[in-house]
Order: sequence, then structure tokens, then C-alpha cells
Amino acid sequence: MGSNKQQTAEHAAETQGVGPQDLPRLQSLVAEIVAQAKQQGATACEVGVSVNQGLAVNVRRGEVETLEFNRDQGFAITVYSGQRKGSASTSDTSASAIKQAVEAALVIAKHASEDPCAGLADANQMAQQLPDLDLYHAWDLHADQAIELAQQMEEAAFAVDPRLSNSDGASVNLFQGCRVYGNSHGFIGGYAGTRHSMSCVMIAEANVNGERQMQRDYWYDVNRQSQALQSAQAIGQKAAQRTVARLGARAVPTAQVPVLFAPEVAAGLLGHFLAAISGGNLYRKSSFLEGALGQRLFPDWLNIDERPHLPSLLGSSSFDNDGLATRAQSFVQGGELVSYLLSVYSARKLGMTSTANAGGAHNLFVSHGDADQQALLKQMGRGLLVTELMGQGVNMVTGDYSRGAGGYWVENGEIQFPVQEVTIAGNLRDIFANVAAIGNDVDTRGNIRTGSILIEQMTLAGS
Amino acid sequence: MTDMLLPVAERLLAPGELDVERLNPLLARLQAPGVDGADLYFQHIISESWVLEDGIVKEGSFNVDQGVGVRAISGEKTGFAYSNAIALPALEQAVDAARSISRAGQDTPRGQLIAAASVPALYAADNPLEVLSQADKVALLKRIDEATRSLDPRIQQVTVSLAGTWEQILIAASDGTLAADVRPLVRFNVSVIVEQNGRRERGGHGGGGRVDYRYFLSEDRAMGYAREALRQALVNLEAKPAPAGSMPVVMGPGWSGVLLHEAVGHGLEGDFNRKGSSAFSGRVGQQVASPLVSVVDDGTLAQRRGSLTRDDEGTPTQCTPLIEKGILKGYMQDKLNARLMGVAATGNGRRESYACLPMPRMTNTYMLAGEHDPEEIIASVKNGIYCKSLGGGQVDITSGKFVFSTSEAYLIENGKITAPVKGATLIGNGPEAMNRISMVGTDLELDSGVGTCGKDGQSVPVGVGQPTLKLDAITVGGTA
Repeated sequence: MGSNKQQTAEHAAETQGVGPQDLPRLQSLVAEIVAQAKQQGATACEVGVSVNQGLAVNVRRGEVETLEFNRDQGFAITVYSGQRKGSASTSDTSASAIKQAVEAALVIAKHASEDPCAGLADANQMAQQLPDLDLYHAWDLHADQAIELAQQMEEAAFAVDPRLSNSDGASVNLFQGCRVYGNSHGFIGGYAGTRHSMSCVMIAEANVNGERQMQRDYWYDVNRQSQALQSAQAIGQKAAQRTVARLGARAVPTAQVPVLFAPEVAAGLLGHFLAAISGGNLYRKSSFLEGALGQRLFPDWLNIDERPHLPSLLGSSSFDNDGLATRAQSFVQGGELVSYLLSVYSARKLGMTSTANAGGAHNLFVSHGDADQQALLKQMGRGLLVTELMGQGVNMVTGDYSRGAGGYWVENGEIQFPVQEVTIAGNLRDIFANVAAIGNDVDTRGNIRTGSILIEQMTLAGS
Repeated sequence: MTDMLLPVAERLLAPGELDVERLNPLLARLQAPGVDGADLYFQHIISESWVLEDGIVKEGSFNVDQGVGVRAISGEKTGFAYSNAIALPALEQAVDAARSISRAGQDTPRGQLIAAASVPALYAADNPLEVLSQADKVALLKRIDEATRSLDPRIQQVTVSLAGTWEQILIAASDGTLAADVRPLVRFNVSVIVEQNGRRERGGHGGGGRVDYRYFLSEDRAMGYAREALRQALVNLEAKPAPAGSMPVVMGPGWSGVLLHEAVGHGLEGDFNRKGSSAFSGRVGQQVASPLVSVVDDGTLAQRRGSLTRDDEGTPTQCTPLIEKGILKGYMQDKLNARLMGVAATGNGRRESYACLPMPRMTNTYMLAGEHDPEEIIASVKNGIYCKSLGGGQVDITSGKFVFSTSEAYLIENGKITAPVKGATLIGNGPEAMNRISMVGTDLELDSGVGTCGKDGQSVPVGVGQPTLKLDAITVGGTA
């Protein structure tokens, strides 16, 4: 291969695309690493091996800015020596590197403390059936075509409004990868998956009350299947419309007001909820929802359900990071917290049973009503529509929430003008309890699917 | 050749049967017609971390990563590919992928690789992970845990962590640059949860730098972090809701420099200014801050977390004046943006790893000391907030909006620091906020060495620093 100097990048991508054909090789690699760990004296072990490939192009003002070809591989191993645990990882999968990684992990295990909760799940808990979830859909797109697509996206954006003075780039990303997990119970599971995305960031400029104001905003789409992505033009246009709409943004006076979280930021609110019910924060006494199991946290019409086996979704997986079979389940039913989100380890720490969520939740669905965003604006009457949040001002221990926000001021159910440089604050327990409505304008791009969320009242700090 | 270059080249290249001589033909191949700049970045990094919680050393991990990043630049275009394998076939494949960015154009003359002139190293080249035995690392964690727990009966949970990395890099570029660097980096963190009358609060502190683990043993530094974490948690037990609205804010010295990092630092990175996407674009020579404000980015401070002997393009770091008495002096530059803007590189070309492209990034960014007594600054505020410690921040460099969150703050009433208030996010506009700085203290401090900055998905270690300063008005995002 080294002597074939005419081989082009496109050619290399075609002949060596990462995909399901790599799974047998990765499975034998996992078996080899498990065998090496046992040979060196580990009483148990678990191994994750992955190989990923990607193409990323970024175009700015019509010209290619970056063209990146990515290809990664590596593995991570956790060994147990009785109740002691050690981990190692490396990007080198040669036999000598495997041997050294196992050695390093065992040295750490030797020095770690006995942890009664450490160890694999019981062998009989391992996932038995690993249904094909249709996660792999390679996008047959050459670098030149990806560039063209990014150019079309940006061109469509610039065409929307003359105040779009600049661009921070339109990008097209292709990703395909394989991941195999195995452990010393003999469990081995793996899948090949794809994730493709397009995004566009625009900059608009205008004189606002005699001062030059520059604003940016963006839009994106992501999917396992390229044909399910919004068109490049649509993404570019949406990015452009959002950016132009930000011009003239200003602060509003400090007040207690209702706040409508647009779907693209509402998912973050539920992300905080998931963090608060996850085992790691609970057993560390670092969650404001410790002891909240069985309590009514949300209004009684609200359900939050996990659906891990839906075909082709980004969050779908048939087993979790402990090798347990994932399952359809609810975290919130009728507003009540009915389950925590637990791995084998955190469940043992809490004296509970794993919910097969090692590594997180897989496809979370939040119930909603029939109202669209317009109707929710009407319901809100006067308040803030939030489309952008900034900073990390969330305290998981207390639930105190204070973040920078941008969006639109709403009066009589109608958007009046763009807002910036304000904060919204409250306590997450109150925020959850004060959910007044959830819209049907569900954002389907992420792992958490929710529509706009209307909160009855928060503190807005501004001018 | 410099002292460092030989062993690093040997360590990185020899296992794949490569040597420095063989990099010349690879660079020649990378320089396709129209390619006017190219480089190879070899990296080998080992890292480890140890975590103690619930009184036991629960886990540790040891990680090895290595690879080579290959970059070809044609005008404003960059082609990039990388490989985990440092061997000829994989390198050639990456070279061919990266050079595909340019299919036509002029041949640019290429310099033969010449070992870079040596510059004084800002940190030791030894492996920082090996100065303590594994048993001693574990013993250190346990000692700090036990000593911390004995400090106060209200402590519910203690988490102690120790982490270190040792990185070796080699850069070979088409401009003839051939340079190496060996970088240690360690950190130690303590987090405590306290409870009183059913109320829980957290406090955390830590530190580190481009030193080895012995740093934490000297002057009982590790225990100092623990005491500070506990103090902060106990203060927060008494905190009442923070006010909401625009008011004067006094920032304490040191880590509060996060304010500066967000309000002006990012906006002065060369790439944003070349593209005209920063609120500070095209403003060199103009007044962009109060005349009391002078800011530098200094990568040359010995052993600091944000320091580098050379950046990731082989350029020696420097102390770059960014703002002098309120006047914008210049931007932080990597080679690409410096060339396109017709200025010199400033040693700010940094990358998270071989798998990412370099870009202009901060090193240690801080505001120079002013003339006001810190006490006098606090006394000048009738009603406002004193921010002693911060969490993270974020900025939108285009509009200039920035935020940061307090983790320890107090009310100022009639010129006196009074009750502690709960964490709140503060939001402002960078250029506006810089103009509202009305007092700057004599007490410049740099942070303790825990900062990590994210940009375009890449994380790099940085330092911040600031004297006590007063902002006449900024929006405080409390609830009261």
C-alpha cells in the first residue's frame, strides 16, 4: 500500500470504509484482550474496542476552509482483582500494547482499595438477545460532493437577507464507527453505526440606534441516515432567518415572568433532570433529587419514557455499557418520579437494581399536548421565549439554576423584539413543578425529544 | 540539534522505523502544487488518574495515546488527516488525504528541516508520573481524605483526585521548522459535600501545573486545597438568594480572571479577527477598555499550567501585550492566521492533540496590577456583589455577550462585605464591561492551575489572572 503513490483520499475512503465488516475483527480483538487479562491473573474484566472514521468539511464565504479526514481506533479495559479495580486505554492495538495495557490496569487494581460494590453484573443479567437496530447507513458522499453541499447551504443562507454580512461557516460531517463490548462472562456485543450532520453559522450586521450590532446564530440537523436530513438549503435558510431575527436584540427590565423554552433549549432542562436522577450523583449525595423516588415532581399529565429499541435513532442501543439488555421503561409517570437512572455499580451503592442505563439514557420521549409554539406563546401572553442559553450555572447539589439567556420578548402572545444579555434563574425543583405546558413542536434531533416547555414563572434579570 | 530533539525524535519515530531524514520526502510529497504550508505533528502522551471517594481509592486509569497529524495549507484552505500509527504506510495515506485540499497552483519553495534554535525550557522534561510510587499516590489520597474528614463533622462526602500527563511532541514543517517539546502536567482536586440542618452544599478547590506530583507534597499544598474546598462549602451553607438585576460588582483576585478570559480573551484570538467575526475585529489601536486596563497573554511563565516552551507549531511562546491602558495592541496568532493577516506568529498555535487542527488559543491571560488598594475598592461600593470565586464562563465572540457563574460571592452593603449569596450567573457585553472597569487593585494573582478552555470542541489547559477590580454595572442573575 505504501508504494501505491497514486492512491487518492477518495479512493482510500471507498476501499476502507469502517462498517459492519469490521465487527468480526473487533470481536476477536475483544476476545484476545479478555484472554490476555485472564492469563495475567485478572479475576474478571471488561473491554470496549472501537474504530471510527469520519469526513468533515467546512466552507466559509464560498471557499473551503477545512477538509478533515478522521480515523481513530482504540480500546479500554477494566480489570478486577477480586473487589479491586483498575483501568487502562490505548490507541495502539498491537499485541505488545494490549499486554502493557493489561499490566498497567492490573498494577492499578493492585493498589486500589477493596470496593464491595465493584465488579461485573451477574452473568445471568447479561443481554441475551441483541436485535439489529438498523444503526448503520453509510453516506456515499465524496469530499468534493460534501464541499458542494456545504457551499449550497451557505449560498442559500446568504440569499435570505442582505444584512447577512459574514459567515462562520457551513459544514458537512460524515461519521461511521464500530464499537464492540465484551467481558469475562463471555458476553460480547457490538454494532456498527453512522451519524451524519450539516450545520451553518451565520453573522448579520446592522446599525441599531446608531450603534453597529453584530449577531450570530446557527442551525443544524443530524441523523443516522443522510436521506432523513433536512436539505442543505433548508438548514442554511433557517440559520439565516434565526441570525437576522437576532438583530436589534436588547436587554429587558428585571422581572418575574413566565418563560417558554424553545425545543432546542428545552432538552437541556430535561438533561439536568436526568443528571439529577442518575445513580452517580445520587450515591455521591450530589443531587437535589436524592430521596425523590415516588414524589410528584412534574404536573400530573407529564410522562418521560425511554425507548431504546426504536430502529435507526441516534440513541438506540440493545445493551448498555455494563452488557445489560436495555428496555423500554418510564422515569416519570403522571408527574411522579418512578425510577432512577442506574448502572450496575450505582445500583449496588444505593441497594437497588440496575435500570440498564450505564452510559446514560437511550431515546427519551417527553409527553406533550396538542398546542404548537404559537399556541404556547398565546398561553404565555407576556414573557420571554428563550432560544439560547449560556454558561454552566446549574448546581446539581441544590438544584439552583441561573443561566445567561437570549430569545424574544412576547406581549399579548406575539413576539415583539429580540432579547439578549439577560439571565433566567430559579430552582429546578420549582421549575419542574411549574411546567405549564409542553408543545407538539418536538425537536427530533437529539437523544431527548421534547417540544417547547412553558414554565409559569422564573426570575429574569436584565437592565 | 537541541538536547530535547534527539530523544523525542527517537521515542516517536524509531518504533515505526522512521527517522528525521525520512520526514523530508514526506513533506515534499505533502506539498502538492498550490500547497503553501504543511506540517507533521507527532505526539505521544501518557496519562493517569486516581480517584478516591467514600473513603476508598475506587479507581485509577492509565492511558496511552499516540499519533501523527498531517496538515496541508493552501491560502485559507486546510487539508487535514491523522493516524494512530506512526509508520510509513499510514503516514503516506494521511499525507495523500491532506494534500487533496489543493489540486492546482504554484509550487512553493520548501526549506530543508533545520533543528530549531534552542529556547530555555519552562519545565522539566522528566516523567511527572514516576516521581511517586503507586503506593505513595494512593497513600497521599488517603491521607488527604482522612485529614479532611477530621476537619468538620458536617462533611458528608469527600472526593479527592490526582491526575497527570506526560506529553512528547515533534513538529516538522515545510518552512524548515523542526522542533520538539516534552510537557509535564499534573493536577490535584478536592471536593466536599457538607450538610447542616438538612441543607447540603458543595465546595471544591485544586491546583497544579507543569510540575510533578511532589508539588502537592511541598508546603502541604494538597491539604491547602482541602481546607479551601471545605471553607467554600461552609460559606455556601449560609448563602441566601443572590439579587437580580444590574449592579456594581467587585471581582476578587486570581481565578476571577475567568471574567477576562471570556470578556476579551477569546475575542482577541487571531482567527476570529481575520474572519471579522469578533466584536474586537479591526479595532487595533482603538480604545476598547477603560484606561486602567492592561492585559497580556504570557506563555513564558515557568511551570504554569497554561505555559508552553514552544506552541504546537514549534513557535517559542512569548508575553504578548493585548491591551495597554485600554488601547487594543494586537491579537494572539498561530502561523496560518499570522500569515493571512500579515503579522508575526505569537506562539499561540495550540491543539488538543494530533487528531485536531491547531488554532490561536490563549496560554496564561491576565490583567496587570493597578493602583487601588483592594480594601478601598470594596469600600467604594454602596450596594453590590463581591465575587470571590467563579465556576465556568462562556462567550459569544460575535455579539460580545459573555457569562460567568459565581461559586462564592457576597453582598457588599455600604462598603462592607456582608452576607454570602448563592451561585448566580453574571452576564455582560465584553467591550462594554471592559469600559466599565473603574478601579483596578494592586493585588494581581494568577490562578492555582486548574483552568481548561474549550473552543471548537478542543480542550487545552490555560491560566488566568486578575487583580481585584470593580465593574460599575453588570447584570447579576440571582432570584432575589
